[in-house]
Amino acid sequence: MSAFDTRRLSALVRKESLQAVRDPSTLLIAFVLPAVLLLLFAYAVSLDIRTVRIGVVVESPGASSQQLAAAFAATRYLDVTFAHDRREVADRVVAGELRGFVVIPQDFEQRLAERSGQPLVQVVTDGSQPNTANFVANYAQGVVQTWRAGMGGEVPSASIALEPRYWYNPELESRRALVPGAIAIIMTIIGTMLTALVVAREWERGTMEAVMSTPASVVEILIGKLLPYFALGMLSTLGAAALAIFVFDVPLHGSLAALLLLSAVFMVPALGQGLLISSLARNQFLAAQIALFSGFLPAFMLSGFLFEIDSMPAPIRAITWLIPARYFVSSLKTVFLAGDIWAVFVPDLLAMAAIGAVLFALARRATRKNLEP
Amino acid sequence: MPRRSRPLLTARLRAQVVKEVLSILRDPRSRMVVFAPPLIQLLIFSFAATLEVSNVDIAVHDQDSGRWSHELVARLDGAGFVSRVHPVGSGRELRRLIDRGEVIAALAIPPDFSREIAAGGTGRVQVLIDGRRSNAGQITLGYLTSIAADLGAEVEPGAAPVSALAVRHWFNPNLVYQWFIVPGLVGILAFFSALMLTALSIARERELGTFDQLLVSPTSTLEIIVSKSLPALAIGTVLGLLMIAAGAFVFRIPFTGSFGLLLASLVLFILSVVGIGLMISAVSATQQQAILGAFAIGVPAVLMSGFATPVENMPLALQWLAQAIPLTHFLVIVHGSVLKAMPPGDILANLWPLAAIAAVTLTMAVVFVRGRLQ
Repeated sequence: MSAFDTRRLSALVRKESLQAVRDPSTLLIAFVLPAVLLLLFAYAVSLDIRTVRIGVVVESPGASSQQLAAAFAATRYLDVTFAHDRREVADRVVAGELRGFVVIPQDFEQRLAERSGQPLVQVVTDGSQPNTANFVANYAQGVVQTWRAGMGGEVPSASIALEPRYWYNPELESRRALVPGAIAIIMTIIGTMLTALVVAREWERGTMEAVMSTPASVVEILIGKLLPYFALGMLSTLGAAALAIFVFDVPLHGSLAALLLLSAVFMVPALGQGLLISSLARNQFLAAQIALFSGFLPAFMLSGFLFEIDSMPAPIRAITWLIPARYFVSSLKTVFLAGDIWAVFVPDLLAMAAIGAVLFALARRATRKNLEP
Repeated sequence: MPRRSRPLLTARLRAQVVKEVLSILRDPRSRMVVFAPPLIQLLIFSFAATLEVSNVDIAVHDQDSGRWSHELVARLDGAGFVSRVHPVGSGRELRRLIDRGEVIAALAIPPDFSREIAAGGTGRVQVLIDGRRSNAGQITLGYLTSIAADLGAEVEPGAAPVSALAVRHWFNPNLVYQWFIVPGLVGILAFFSALMLTALSIARERELGTFDQLLVSPTSTLEIIVSKSLPALAIGTVLGLLMIAAGAFVFRIPFTGSFGLLLASLVLFILSVVGIGLMISAVSATQQQAILGAFAIGVPAVLMSGFATPVENMPLALQWLAQAIPLTHFLVIVHGSVLKAMPPGDILANLWPLAAIAAVTLTMAVVFVRGRLQ
């Protein structure tokens, strides 16, 4: 009996493909969910601050304080509510309606004239949202400085000036960095989640043993199972990439070939993980929970997609080395925004392939061991 | 039959509930998978999820080698957020390091930098930032700008501008990011656990064929829904409480609000999630459909809830849609209760939408199950 028969394999692949395509939930997860996710990453999950609602409390009746208040109202990023008493706005900060407020104090004109070193205005922020709080403090600082410079008076020109330029993303849109990373999340869902479920169902229903008892070898069965999901993952990547480029205006500076190669290699650890989970769990509930907590959530939180890996504490950074999505995200951002930089791709490809090989070896052991009681 | 009219918690219902609890918790592996991973994730993710920047590398191409450029490089070297400063000899090398992602930013100091400053002019430094890491890059630039401003202030000690602002951050004076992320993770992890548990409950019975038996038994639809809801409600609530306790005792986040109101909100929150899970379960023919359906609803819901990025940053239409997501309201309540000592009025403003969502989703679940009967 040959261990590898192409006719048998193609029959298996056909059977699995039909099974996959017939279930509407497969198509939902492979094509509808990616479109929804990309849409959300393009428009909803934005790390760019658009408008922050703040209060401006004008305690001083003077002309300069009115001008400063008007300067706050004229900014692009602040949506200002005026008040004359800080108690009016303080409660709204607690309620989360305002993210902070600026107080122009009663003796503002006096402080401005004296230059006694006393701060001119007070800024209170909602620290329960640290990112926004930082933004409010820095932006208020900028508004006051620009206003003072515009007053004429002393404009101490800075002795040192930084001239920033953002490479690969000159307009600095967070969606350009997020949308490529989102493809890694989608592929993790398809590769790990879907395969873990599909194979676990066979174990749960006992049909895996039935297939195992046929002349088909374990390798054939596994390839037959995985190939359709590999194809599904690649199709979904292509669809997501097309959406990213043509609808969401993310440039593809690298080559399509490199993108496909990266995606194909990422499918190896993704499918391997799904297979390992299913042969360990052997029922769909366990498989889903394990895939959620070991596949999807780490890909979301620990891949460098939303949160900077360098900034994590050392033990957590060590964990990220084990997460295939980490390498995929770094290469995806590069292939989309920077171009074909093989110095980035090659180490990432090798790492993904190595993790994939280990996962497949483990999955094979788990499958075989379980068949021989 | 005189004894047919009965209180809600009859022996039959009790038996149903016991059966549902057992079906989840009988298997020791399931027991572990329900409680352990969310708690471990809370510990790992709360350290991982930070929008601060630290431990990054910076490259410097110093063509000046004068007094001020040396001073600038020394300050970069000593800055807390920088792990290493790479001195490079050419613009090409600078570019290579950014391309490879080895440094997040690169400074090019021109030859006349110190001379310009000595002459009373402005020394200009070009900063190249890796736009692939757009958010971290912006934060890094902010840090670099304040280093440059500090150094610039030293050039003319007399002219140092007085700080025009006195800034106070309420509720979290040092802006510790964990104080923000841990309460959010409590909501997300409880949300996913409750959603998955209930999404599978009816679908599993249907796949195994036992749901038909349940339907032909004297059990009413309402009893089925109640018995399927209670275990997930109990598990989700216990999990939420464990994570809130971890926030207080492991992460030492001050708890300033009312515990009673938070508990009530937690129960209503889980109940509304259970309703969503049961709706998904009722329309699914297989467990795979139920899990993938839960995913297709759960992931977008988390993204729109304001966990990672504020709801007010989203387009208006999505902001409206976000109001229908239980997590959106629960996050406001949990952040408010933990950090802000939120008064009952503000909590209630977010509590009634939770109650409304729970009422709608649970009713829909009953309707869907009844619909399946015909």
